Amino acid sequence: MNPALTERAFPVTASYLVGREKVREFARAVFSTNPLNFSVEAAQTAGYADVVAPPTFAIVVQELTLAQLLAEEDAGIELTHVVHGEQRFDYARPIVAGDELTAQLQVTSVKTLGGNAMVVAETTIQDAAGEHVVTAVSTLVVRGDA
Amino acid sequence: MSAEIVHRYEKGDEVARATYPITRESLVRYAGASGDFNAIHYRDDVAAEVGLPGVLAHGMLTMGLAVQPVVDWVGDPARVGAYQVRFTRPVVVDPSSGAQIEVVAKIGTLDEEAGTARIDLTVTVDGQTVLGKAQVSVTLP
Repeated sequence: MNPALTERAFPVTASYLVGREKVREFARAVFSTNPLNFSVEAAQTAGYADVVAPPTFAIVVQELTLAQLLAEEDAGIELTHVVHGEQRFDYARPIVAGDELTAQLQVTSVKTLGGNAMVVAETTIQDAAGEHVVTAVSTLVVRGDA
Repeated sequence: MSAEIVHRYEKGDEVARATYPITRESLVRYAGASGDFNAIHYRDDVAAEVGLPGVLAHGMLTMGLAVQPVVDWVGDPARVGAYQVRFTRPVVVDPSSGAQIEVVAKIGTLDEEAGTARIDLTVTVDGQTVLGKAQVSVTLP
């Protein structure tokens, strides 16, 4: 596990366009029955431009930055050894279909405990206007032995 | 003119509850929707190879469905300010019987003046807790 990852500047991801059908597909997958996730009319009546994504949809965008982390050859992280330990989201607003989102990763902590390592990956997600939408924080446990 | 605060909620109040029967199909559906195609979520042989007791639900599937009753309760998704969990116990999904995830949401802490609360989720399978410190910060409806 490479402790210098916390000093690394990761590039901002390419823009992710949130599709209406993707929001509906994701909402079905997390067992949502909330009309705001499916009905444009219901969402617009509630003041949104289009269907609203469920709270954990942000993981789809964060995943783009976690892929950057795993691709770092000197990171010492192998996917088969990674266990998701904790997850957190801090929202400025819900994600809505039509949003064009970009994400930037910061590794905020690398700790080694016994044979394992704990990496905290904080991803800041913003919209096309540069406004903050959500910050997603993943704690990954990387098993050293297996 | 009375300045008395109307106490609509109290710490410990149950605000939402739901049961989700999940199957292998749910895992395939979540894999496609989320893009997480880790084989431990659909292949018994791969799960066994890495020493797991069986095919596991994606942690993010459990996290994703557990917050839905709270979103429905607060009404406007913008009232959800933060959401966090610890993945403390894997959810094994049997190929024929699946698994049943139970969610109970209660008021953990309350700030009446700010109109906000921390909702604590108890998420269990067969009576065993699978998420730790599962908390949703909300603006009260």
